[in-house]
Amino acid sequence: MHSLLSRGNSVLAYTLSVLVTLTFACFLSTILVDYRTGTEMKTLKIEVKNLPEYGVSKKINDLGHITFNLETDLTSLFNWNVKQLFVYMTAEYETPTNALNQVVLWDKIILRGENSNLRLRNMRTKYYFWDDGNGLRGNKNVTLTLSYNIIPNVGRLPIVGAIGSHTFSFPSQYTR
Amino acid sequence: MFDGFLNDLKHMNKRQFLYQVLCFGMIISSALMVWKGLMVFSGSKSPIVAVLSGSMEPAFHRGDILFLTNYEEEPVRVGEIVVFKIEGRDIPIVHRILKLHEKSNGTIKFLTKGDNNSVDDRALYAPGQQWLEKSAMVGRARGFLPYVGIVTILMNEYPKIKYAVLACLGLCVLLHRE
Repeated sequence: MHSLLSRGNSVLAYTLSVLVTLTFACFLSTILVDYRTGTEMKTLKIEVKNLPEYGVSKKINDLGHITFNLETDLTSLFNWNVKQLFVYMTAEYETPTNALNQVVLWDKIILRGENSNLRLRNMRTKYYFWDDGNGLRGNKNVTLTLSYNIIPNVGRLPIVGAIGSHTFSFPSQYTR
Repeated sequence: MFDGFLNDLKHMNKRQFLYQVLCFGMIISSALMVWKGLMVFSGSKSPIVAVLSGSMEPAFHRGDILFLTNYEEEPVRVGEIVVFKIEGRDIPIVHRILKLHEKSNGTIKFLTKGDNNSVDDRALYAPGQQWLEKSAMVGRARGFLPYVGIVTILMNEYPKIKYAVLACLGLCVLLHRE
């Protein structure tokens, strides 16, 4: 009746059910958390060039160059069901070719325990700001927003937009 | 123990045996129904995927499980983790959208990148392909469950384990008497 096999089986089954229950409780406990927080962004240098995107195509596209300041404190976002934050800054704008353009200019992975109070000064973008065509020169309405994707220990993978944005315009002349 | 199984089999009459076979069929078909139901519910061809590579570390490790949805009416936006298929590759890739351009008629093209990779995915796409389109998308990651997918990875890498498990389950169901 109480063979090694049946004892092992019940121990395993019990362990598994406890783990499943705890995991599910962890998921449920953070399902309603409001993860929004504020940010302040500012652009410093703004330039636009007109170059072929080497290695991708021979088409000549607009390339934006910006440097920026970014301030945000994400410390409050970390709870027991947040393993990592993926923070990214997006430039969003409209051009004659496309109704909506979204280009990620900068991102950062913040693991639990790492410094999550960001005070960035005079930062260069991490990725090139290539437009899909020639819609950057003289563009009056380019909006920078900050978003973060919350990677939990278990559960939903929400993408939250930080409160606050920054709108800037590109110069009407190409920089050589 | 195996003698016991054989004994059981001998003593079963035909009706009982057929009943067990039917039970077995029920289990398989209900599993299939759950999977197909999930497909309808999530709008995605494969609503649950296991992460196979380390290109999204430290967010997702090999063997983690992702739940996908693929609703037409939800707009695709930058920063979302998408699962996509590339022509000429069997295995779908899980990466994040880095750039997105949407025409006024709603057609989109996007570029992806793995969090753990230093460059974007253009080198992974088909030769000459610069952008992904909506048709390449299998789904968008909405839920995360760690470690559990390692079982399927092990089964796929060592098919013997899979057959052994299947055989054991089959025997148990067929020979188990109510």
